[in-house]
Amino acid sequence: MAKKKTTSKRTSTKKTTSRKKAAAPKGPPRKKTATRAKKVVTNTKVVRQIQAEASTVHQKILKKATPSMKFPIRSLANVIYKPAKGYFQMKGKKKERTLTVGTVKTFAQTLRMMAFSKELVETDDIATKREAYYVSKNWDDARFNEQPESDTVMEDVEALFGVNREQLGFIPEEKGGDVAGQLVVIDHDRETGEELRIDCTRFGSGAYSIPISVEGLRFETNAKFILAIETAGMFQRLVKHAYWRTAQCILISLGGVPTRACRRFIRRLADDKRLPVYVFVDGDPYGYSNIYRTLKVGSGNAAHMNEYFCVPQARFLGVTPDDIREYDLPTHPLKEVDIKRAKDAIKNDPFIQHHKQWEEALQKQIRLGVRVEQQALAKHGLNYVIDEYLPRKLANVKAFLP
Amino acid sequence: MTPAKKKSVRKKKATAKPTAKRKKAAPKKAAPKATRKSAPRTIATADSMARQQREISVSEFFTKNRHLLGFDSPTKALLTTIKEAVDNSLDACEEAGILPDLTVEIKLIAENRYKVIVQDNGPGIVREQIPRIFGKLLYGSKFHRLRQSRGQQGIGISAAGMYGQLTTGKPVEIESRINKRKPAQYFQLVIDTLKNEPVIKREREVEWDAAHGTRVSIELEGTYKRGKHGVEAYLRQTALANPHVDLTYQGPGEEPVHFERASKDLPEEALEIKPHPYGVEVGMLLRMMKETKSRQLKGFFQSEFSRVGPKAATSIIEGTGLQNTTSPRRVVPEKAELLVKNIRKTRIPAPPTDCLSPIGEERLLASLRQQIPGAGYYEAVTRPPSVYRGNPFQIEVGLAYGGGIAGDELTTLMRFANRVPLQYQQGACATFKAVMATNWRSYGIQQSRGALPTAPMTLMVHIASVWVPFTSESKEAVASYDEIIKEMKLALQESGRKLGRYIRRGQRERDEAKKRAYIEKYIPHIGIALQEILGLSEAQEKKVVDTLTDTLERSRKM
Ligand SMILES: Nc1ncnc2c1ncn2[C@@H]1O[C@H](COP(=O)(O)OP(=O)(O)OP(=O)(O)O)[C@@H](O)[C@H]1O
Ligand SMILES: [Mg+2]
Repeated sequence: MAKKKTTSKRTSTKKTTSRKKAAAPKGPPRKKTATRAKKVVTNTKVVRQIQAEASTVHQKILKKATPSMKFPIRSLANVIYKPAKGYFQMKGKKKERTLTVGTVKTFAQTLRMMAFSKELVETDDIATKREAYYVSKNWDDARFNEQPESDTVMEDVEALFGVNREQLGFIPEEKGGDVAGQLVVIDHDRETGEELRIDCTRFGSGAYSIPISVEGLRFETNAKFILAIETAGMFQRLVKHAYWRTAQCILISLGGVPTRACRRFIRRLADDKRLPVYVFVDGDPYGYSNIYRTLKVGSGNAAHMNEYFCVPQARFLGVTPDDIREYDLPTHPLKEVDIKRAKDAIKNDPFIQHHKQWEEALQKQIRLGVRVEQQALAKHGLNYVIDEYLPRKLANVKAFLP
Repeated sequence: MTPAKKKSVRKKKATAKPTAKRKKAAPKKAAPKATRKSAPRTIATADSMARQQREISVSEFFTKNRHLLGFDSPTKALLTTIKEAVDNSLDACEEAGILPDLTVEIKLIAENRYKVIVQDNGPGIVREQIPRIFGKLLYGSKFHRLRQSRGQQGIGISAAGMYGQLTTGKPVEIESRINKRKPAQYFQLVIDTLKNEPVIKREREVEWDAAHGTRVSIELEGTYKRGKHGVEAYLRQTALANPHVDLTYQGPGEEPVHFERASKDLPEEALEIKPHPYGVEVGMLLRMMKETKSRQLKGFFQSEFSRVGPKAATSIIEGTGLQNTTSPRRVVPEKAELLVKNIRKTRIPAPPTDCLSPIGEERLLASLRQQIPGAGYYEAVTRPPSVYRGNPFQIEVGLAYGGGIAGDELTTLMRFANRVPLQYQQGACATFKAVMATNWRSYGIQQSRGALPTAPMTLMVHIASVWVPFTSESKEAVASYDEIIKEMKLALQESGRKLGRYIRRGQRERDEAKKRAYIEKYIPHIGIALQEILGLSEAQEKKVVDTLTDTLERSRKM
C-alpha cells in the first residue's frame, strides 16, 4: 500500500549525486558495497523484490541460458476501464526483454538502476529523477545520454515491481499543484515533529503548494466541493476574488496534466472529507482526454499505480463543446494535433470509449473544428466566470460530463 | 500584312543597302569577318572552279584534321605517338608468335620537345616496306582483313611520324632487322604531305645485338604529363591488359620502370574471318564485287562472306532483277542497294566467334594481382562471344576492390579495346555508359546520380572484336551499339554480384567485431549490478561476466 512509503519517513535531505567512489583498478567504475553504518532498512519488500529478480537473472546466467525480465507494457493498449473500480487497470500484457546483443545495454542499465534503488532504500536516501540520471554518469559505458532514457528505465523498474517510484527511492521534481480556500492541511515540522496547521485561506493572493509526498497529511475542511482548475491564470482570478469564500470550496490549480502528488492529494482529500471534485479546464482534446482523464482514471504509462493516483469522483464542469454556443464564446480553429488527439482518444482510450457522452463530445468538437480556452469567458467581462458561468454550471451538477 | 510589319521590312532593306556598298568599295580593307561574308563576290564559273578542283592528299587532309587522329593537344600528341608505336609492336609480335619484350623511352630534347623511342623484339619489317609503312598514310596490313588486332586502319604510325615532322621538321628514324642472316636497316624518312609519298633522307645498314625487331624514333613537340593520363599510367594499363608482355619504360629524367610479364602464354591466335553480310554496306559491297575472283553473284556471296550457303545466297539475289549467274563486276550501285536490303531480310547464321582472342579470366586475374597489388578482392569475367552488325565481339570485365586502394573516391575505370587502353573521351564511351547503367547499389556499393560508383575500386572493361566500332579515327571511345552495351552490362553485373557477396561477407565480419565490442562494453555492468544487489564475491562476479560473454557470443541474434 502507498502508506508504506519510505520517503515520508526520511529524516535527511542528503543528496546522492556524484558520490563517486574510488574506481576499481580495472573495468567500469563501481560503488563499493554499501556498508554505511546508518542502515535503516525501511522497505524490505522492494529490496526483496529486487534481490529476487537479480537472483533469477543470476541463476539463468550460470546455467548458460540467456536471462530475461518481463515488463508490463506501459500503454493505453494494456489498460481496461471498469467504472466500478474507477480507474485504468492494467490488463497484464507483458513484454519480455531477453538479454541479447541488441538489448545488453538496456539490460545492464536496468540492473544498475535496480542496484542503485536498492542502495537508496537501504540507506533511507532519495534521488530525484534528474539526480538518478546524473548518478548514471559514473557508470562509464552504461551511462544514460539523456534524462528521458533514465526516466524510461526507472518507469520500467517501477512497473516491473508494481511500485511507486518513491518506494524505489526516487522522487519527482515537478511541483505538485497549488491550493487555496477552505482547507486546513495538517503537516509536521521536519526537525521537531511538531504539528503544523496550514490554513489555506490565509495565503492572500498566493497559495499553498502541494508537497511531493502527501501521505502523512491530514485535513480539516467545511468546503462543499473541490474545484480543480487547469490554468494558473484562471486560478489566479478565482483566488483574487476569493471565489472559494463565495462558493465555499477548495480551489486547486493543476498546472496542465496533474502530477502524481497532485492527483494523490485530491484523492486523499476527497476520500477523507467525502467531497465532490469538479474539473474546469480548457475546451480542447488535451483538456478532455489528457488532463481530465488522467486526473480521474490515471494514465496508461504508469498503470500499475493508477489505483492510488486517480480521482474517480471527479466530474467535468467545463468548458464543454456545448458551452461554446451556450455562452457564445470566442474560439480558435483546432490544430492538426488536436484533431489527431481527439481521433486517437475515440479509437484507443478505454475511458472515452466507455462513456458515450465523452465520445460524442469529442466527435462534436471535431465537427465544430474549434477549441475554446477557459479564459475566453472574459469576453463577457472579467468576472463573468464568477458571477455567471460557475454559478449557472454548479446549479446543475447532474449535467456534468462523467 | 499589318502596317507595322511593312514598316519593319522597309527598315531592313534600308540598312542593308549601305552595307553592301561599303563592302564593294573597300573589300580588301574589311575586317576578317566582313571578308568572309563578301568573299564570294568574285563570281565563280564552272571553269574557274575546275581550276581549283584537284585531288586532296590524305596527308594534307589529316594535317588539317589532326584531332581526328588524336593529335589535338601537345599532351595527347605525345601519348598517341607512343600508343601507335606500342600497338604496332604488340600486333607484330603476336602475329609472329613472339612473346613481346618492349622498351619505351622518352628523351627531353628541348623545352616542349621530346624524342620517343619504342623498340620491340618482333619479326621486323622487310627493307622495301619500311618507307611506305612509315612514310605513307593509309598503308598497312590490317585494313583489308577481319581479324582482332590493335591497329586496323593503316594510319597510326605514319600519322605520328607526320605529326613529328610537322612540329619539329625532323624525319622519323627506323631501325629494323628480320633475322640473324640479314643486317639491320636504318632509315630516315619524311612524308611528302602533298603526294602522300615517303621521301628517304638517309638509309644504311647498322649493327644490332638482337636477331630481330624494330626500333622507331620520332621527335615531336609535346607536353609530358605525369599522373592519371600520363604515359606511365598508360603503359601500366597496357601491361594490365597484356599479361604476356614485358615492358620497360624510361621517362624523361626518371628512373626506369619495369612492368613484368604476368603470364608466359601468348594470347590465343586470332583467326581472320570473312565479313558477315549483316555488317556490309553498299560501298563496301561494291568494292568487294569489283575485287572478287568469283564470276557469278551467287558464288561471290558464298565465298566472300561467312555463313552464306546456297540457299541464303539465292534469297539475297532473288527479287533484285539480278541472276545468280550475273557477274558481280556488272552490278550497278542501284542494284547493290537492293542486295543490301535483301541481306537484312535474309536469315543468316551468326558469324563464327572462334576468331576472337580475349585475355581470359585466369590471365586477367593474374595480371590484376600483379599490376594492382594489395587489393582485398579481385574478380575477372569473360563473357561468351556475341555479335553486333555481323562483327563478332567479346566483353571482359576485371576488378580490384578494397585493401590498399584508397576509399571514398570514385571508381577508376580502365577501358580497353583489343587490349589497348583508351585514355580519352571516357564520357562518350560505351564502357562508361554500361558502368553507369549498372545498379551498383544492389551490390553494396554507393553511387551518386550521374557519377561512377564511389568505392575503393579499379574496374576494367575490355572489348575484343575483329572490328571495334570507335566513335572516331582517333580510337578513343567505343561506339554504343545496343548489343555491346548489353554484353558489357551482363559482364559488369556478374562481377558486381560476386563482389557484392564479398562485401557482404566483409560487412558480416565487421558486424561480428562490433557485436563483440558491444558485448565487452556492457556485460561487466551486469556483473557489477548483480554483485551490488546480491553481494557476490569477486570470483562469482567474474564467473557471471565470463559465462554471459560466452553465451552471447555464441548466440547469433543481434
Ligand atoms: N613494329 C612493327 N613491326 C612489324 N610491322 C610493323 C611494325 N609497325 C608497323 N608495322 C606494319 O606496318 C603497318 C602500318 O602500321 P600503321 O600503324 O600505320 O597501321 P595499322 O597498325 O595497320 O592501323 P592503325 O592505323 O589502326 O594503327 C602495319 O599494318 C604493320 O603491318
Ligand atoms: Mg598501328
